[in-house]
Amino acid sequence: MIKISNLHKSYRMGANSLHVLKGIDFNVEEGELVSIMGSSGSGKSTLLNILGMLDEADEGSYFLDGVPIKNLSEKQGAKYRNKFLGFIFQSFNLIGYKSALDNVALPLYYQGIGRSERIDRAMSYLEKVGLAQWASHLPNELSGGQKQRVAIARALASDPKVLLADEPTGALDTTTSYEVMDLIQEINDEGRTILVVTHEHDIAQMTKRIVNLKDGLIIEDTVVSQVRALSNV
Amino acid sequence: MFSRDRWSEIIEALTSNWFRTILTAFGVMWGIFILVILLAAGKGLENGVKQGFGGMATNSMFMWTQVASKPYKGMPKGRRYSFEIEDVAAIKRQVPELMIVSPRNQLGGFRGTNNVVRGLNTGAYNVYGDYPEIIQQEPMDITSGRFINYSDIDEKRKVAVIGGGVRSELYDKGEEVLGTYIKINGVNFMVIGTYKKKGNNGDAEEMQKQIFVPFTSFSQAFNRGNKVGWMALTARDGSSITNLKEDIIDVVKSRHSIHPDDDRAVGNFDLFQEYSKVNGLFIALKAVAYFVGVLVLLSGIIGISNIMLIVVKERTNEIGVRRALGATPWSIRGQILMESVFLTIVSGMAGIILATGVIYLVNFQLSQMDTSEMMFLNPSVNLGVVLIALSILIISGILAGLIPAQHAIKVKPVDALRTE
Repeated sequence: MIKISNLHKSYRMGANSLHVLKGIDFNVEEGELVSIMGSSGSGKSTLLNILGMLDEADEGSYFLDGVPIKNLSEKQGAKYRNKFLGFIFQSFNLIGYKSALDNVALPLYYQGIGRSERIDRAMSYLEKVGLAQWASHLPNELSGGQKQRVAIARALASDPKVLLADEPTGALDTTTSYEVMDLIQEINDEGRTILVVTHEHDIAQMTKRIVNLKDGLIIEDTVVSQVRALSNV
Repeated sequence: MFSRDRWSEIIEALTSNWFRTILTAFGVMWGIFILVILLAAGKGLENGVKQGFGGMATNSMFMWTQVASKPYKGMPKGRRYSFEIEDVAAIKRQVPELMIVSPRNQLGGFRGTNNVVRGLNTGAYNVYGDYPEIIQQEPMDITSGRFINYSDIDEKRKVAVIGGGVRSELYDKGEEVLGTYIKINGVNFMVIGTYKKKGNNGDAEEMQKQIFVPFTSFSQAFNRGNKVGWMALTARDGSSITNLKEDIIDVVKSRHSIHPDDDRAVGNFDLFQEYSKVNGLFIALKAVAYFVGVLVLLSGIIGISNIMLIVVKERTNEIGVRRALGATPWSIRGQILMESVFLTIVSGMAGIILATGVIYLVNFQLSQMDTSEMMFLNPSVNLGVVLIALSILIISGILAGLIPAQHAIKVKPVDALRTE
């Protein structure tokens, strides 16, 4: 599903340049649930941004579902992001003046899907995350866990190939974190490929494979036996 | 681009901060309000002052004889001469651009002695010998009876049309006027009509105290022969009397053996020139109104641009999320532009409506008063001005949104999401 080889990325900070990713080779198959771990500054967020086409690599190749991601125009980038990827952020990033339902429907809006179909589909995803009765609420009327579940529904709405989650539980307490991870595991069980960036070991243990990043290089890539989140709740 | 979803996006974005939206809109509303009010006030003043011309045919001049100031063809300077009725036909023939040439004779004048008698009442009035066309040059409302016609001219009937002022002095209230006789310098004339003149000059009252009789009857009754006191000339639409003046005076000079370079022999007053001066004043006034109005509007638009920049800054995170979810740069740019144009147009319309309401109220108040003496009448703006204002609004809305929109698409999703 994801094929990365020899990925380099550096940021220019005035006169110096900061070499963040120093040659990453990394493959993800369809249906995997991978966690990317590493201390801050290890380059895990940069890697996720490149995977999410929010940022571009300086060197190396990146294939997503067989499509080369290179030198995309802004418009193409927007289209690919919409079609291939679903984002889940640490700070949820819901749009404050839109109801939960409208937030979920937003990716479908950018796909140009008609209003009534959009609402139907968004509703079914809200049901999936168990928030159907909160559809008309604004994000600030929801709890953190509910917000993240809305964000997950939104990420799923465009039916993407890959879900990218950047510290999805970073802003949540342990119980809520596990509930969110349970949802992520459930989605993965249905066969969707998911990448989770985290620095919490217990969260990483709930995935199927842990990739450890340090100073811009992969130092460890192990398949683990998955801990079901439900058993910890 | 104008889908229902777009609209609901715009409405949602604008209503998410009501207070700020209204404050921003107020700037533009105020600008367009000032613009429309200034233009309407200018128009009102223009209407008022032009009313002072009393609906007179403004493409006109008056011409009278003076003293020849140069010797010519053996005749001395200081010679007096007089227009003759044949001059009228000659001028009409040689200057075809003239629409009306009215020869006039006159009795009485400023502080004249009593010259009109009816029974026990007497009065001092201006009595004019006129052709029927004079009513087109000096419009008046015929309040009863009729004005002079060509049968009166041809048959030299001794008939008279009197003003309201004459009537109130010579007649009792409610007394029948038509068919009665008044004695002008000892000659009886039958009253066939009464008139009322428009205009708000200082001599408005004086203008109601005139008597019009047929030119030919006047000449015969008061022994003028073929002499003509003065003339009122009106040019056809499309040619200006100011340009024709030279030709007309040349005709008169050649017919009366006056030196071609004698500038003083023919006195004249060019109404069109005076009118043009007044007109020029109002064009200048309108330019000032536009200038001030557009500048005030501009400050409102800068306000919108400013607020949109703040909005973009504030929504950096939202824009980043939208782009991560697949919004193209154009859809972001379009969104900001549409918000700005929409806000500008709505607030502009509010301003126009408010201004129209104020103008309506002023008009309503004015209609309760007698406006004939006022320098202000019927302030209004026409649809053209409103359309101009509206297109200014649309253009300025786009301009106001352009910089913020450009700002918005420069936002990289990755940077936008980092701001927390």
